[in-house]
Amino acid sequence: MTDLTVATPAPAAPMKSRSLWETAFLRLRRNRAAMASLVILVIYILAGVFGPMLATHPYDRVYPDFVKVPASIEPYPQLDALVPIAEEAGRRGRLDVQSVAIEGNRMIMRATSEREIDPRVTRYIDRSDLFSNAQVTSLSDDKKSIEITADVKRLRFIAGTDANGRDLFARILISIRISLMIGALATGVALVIGVLYGATAGFFGGRIDNLMMRFVDILYSLPFTFFVILLVVFFGRNVVLMFIAVGAVEWLDMSRIVRGQTIALRRREFVQAAEALGVSSSGILRRHIIPNTLGPVIIYMTLMVPKVILLESFLSFLGLGVQEPLTSLGVLIAEGARNMQGATYMLIFPAMALTILLFALNFLGDGLRDALDPKDR
Amino acid sequence: MLGYVVRRLLSAIPTLFLIITLSFFLMRVAPGGPFDRERALEAKVLANLNRVFHLDRPIWEQYFYYLKNLAQGDLGPSFIYRDFSVQQLLGNGLPVSIQLGATALVLALLIGCTLGTIAALRQNSWIDYAVIATATFGITVPNFVVAPLLSLVFGVWLSLLPAGGWDSSNSMILPVITLALPQIAVIARLIRGSTIEALRSDHVRTARAYGLPQRMVVIVHALRAACLPVISYLGPAAAALLTGSVVVETIFGLPGIGRYFVQGALNRDYTLVMGTVVIIAVFVVVFNLIVDLLYAALDPRVRYD
Repeated sequence: MTDLTVATPAPAAPMKSRSLWETAFLRLRRNRAAMASLVILVIYILAGVFGPMLATHPYDRVYPDFVKVPASIEPYPQLDALVPIAEEAGRRGRLDVQSVAIEGNRMIMRATSEREIDPRVTRYIDRSDLFSNAQVTSLSDDKKSIEITADVKRLRFIAGTDANGRDLFARILISIRISLMIGALATGVALVIGVLYGATAGFFGGRIDNLMMRFVDILYSLPFTFFVILLVVFFGRNVVLMFIAVGAVEWLDMSRIVRGQTIALRRREFVQAAEALGVSSSGILRRHIIPNTLGPVIIYMTLMVPKVILLESFLSFLGLGVQEPLTSLGVLIAEGARNMQGATYMLIFPAMALTILLFALNFLGDGLRDALDPKDR
Repeated sequence: MLGYVVRRLLSAIPTLFLIITLSFFLMRVAPGGPFDRERALEAKVLANLNRVFHLDRPIWEQYFYYLKNLAQGDLGPSFIYRDFSVQQLLGNGLPVSIQLGATALVLALLIGCTLGTIAALRQNSWIDYAVIATATFGITVPNFVVAPLLSLVFGVWLSLLPAGGWDSSNSMILPVITLALPQIAVIARLIRGSTIEALRSDHVRTARAYGLPQRMVVIVHALRAACLPVISYLGPAAAALLTGSVVVETIFGLPGIGRYFVQGALNRDYTLVMGTVVIIAVFVVVFNLIVDLLYAALDPRVRYD
């Protein structure tokens, strides 16, 4: 204890700043909506990172037998649907199907034919995606009636399948990954550009500041969503371009916030002291200015992520985002809107996934703002 | 005052010019052209088409040609919609977009202001929390989720309203709700915050001290000050609402101008894209000016001369 007090005088400043973060965290812990959002967000991140690996179906696997099957906990195909498929398979093998029985994962088919049956008829059964390992269990002596058993492959689609017969749950998981990735990367791009630009303008002040902020004002007056659309339409639709385009739209506010903070910080004693000690401008920026703007930047950042995700979903909704077979929540919602007459779940599940994600991000951002905002003390 | 208006309009010209120039060259630099087809057109046909639309000229010449026509109010012919000029297309679509946007705007102002004021007067009551929750919902849920859900519930399940199309007066209801919902949310939030602040301010306390009835204090004195943030928000919001929403028009199948931009950009319909850009930019400039003038009218501290 005594050792500690001896050691502390020099790094007094970092101690103080740590306590700021501690109090902020304590306040955040008291905010129930924000904590719930944090939990939901962690679940989303885990779902985005590991979900596609653990999902039972690959997101781009097409099941032609299961186009637009509704969400269900029961495995597909359901029993009464299985029999006609088996009969159809038998008919293709030119058999008169007498009976089809399903026992667990086994299908037993009894059939007759007017001609002699070739045991290789099992191939016709195997050809369907549903049945495998078809075997002849008994063949009558005149070779005109046969009993075939086969393994039935039944699949679960807990969120149903889309219009191409792909598992919607797996597609939602991969979309969450895409959305979170774009949210994080585009925010990162905006963060780097905005912080550097704003800090430079605010730190140098005078004519440089004027010039740099004038430029920001001009960019503000442009209809920027439209320019993003133009960029995406004209220069191909790849995900990397989208990060850059979205990030390039969102850095303006960030640069303004950082500039304001920087101007306030520049007059503080510790910056003047560093200047008096002969620290270079870039050194002061890196060591003193930028770390001290962190609070507002973090607040703004958490509120920017949902904005970016929304913009990406909007572009994807218009068909300007990620391309098939990859998908995104915006694409899924657009597909759901087209198919909502017959397949409501195709709209509802992706819409819920996006809405909950946006709610969680917004509540967390609001909570962080309340926790870090010094005006609130 | 008039001098201020003229100066503002003049200062908008460089901005408009910049927007037009940027869009023009961005589009022309991009690969592809308006006459690209799955099966290539015959060389001679293509050459003729290019000549008719001046695409065979150097790009600088095309640019000045476009500017010259624009200065005369001519937006040029559409490249894709044969026999239509961009003016005709926008002229057909704009009334629809304005009708929807203006209705949504009025609705949003009425409901938003009412909800916001009630919430501010009953701060921390259940009404207040209900308004905040509604506002959070309206801001968070994007319109491309709201629109299909409304269409599904009221159009398909309940069959109360048309799920899409533009044939009866009922077909306006769902699009207007979709457009108004986020605006209601933002306006209610803004009004609530600024009314709470205004109710604590000196001039409201003075009005109370004079013994004015509560209704007068709120409506005349508090709301006048509380309107200011809403008005500065409304400038860009109104411009965006009146120029149509691509999402709402696509989902409900409406003939507005919102979808022309994306369609035009995808089809490389150069003049149509430029036309929508010009219209939107003009709306933004005009509404920002109106906002500044309204501001001066409402806030005696602001004076323009």
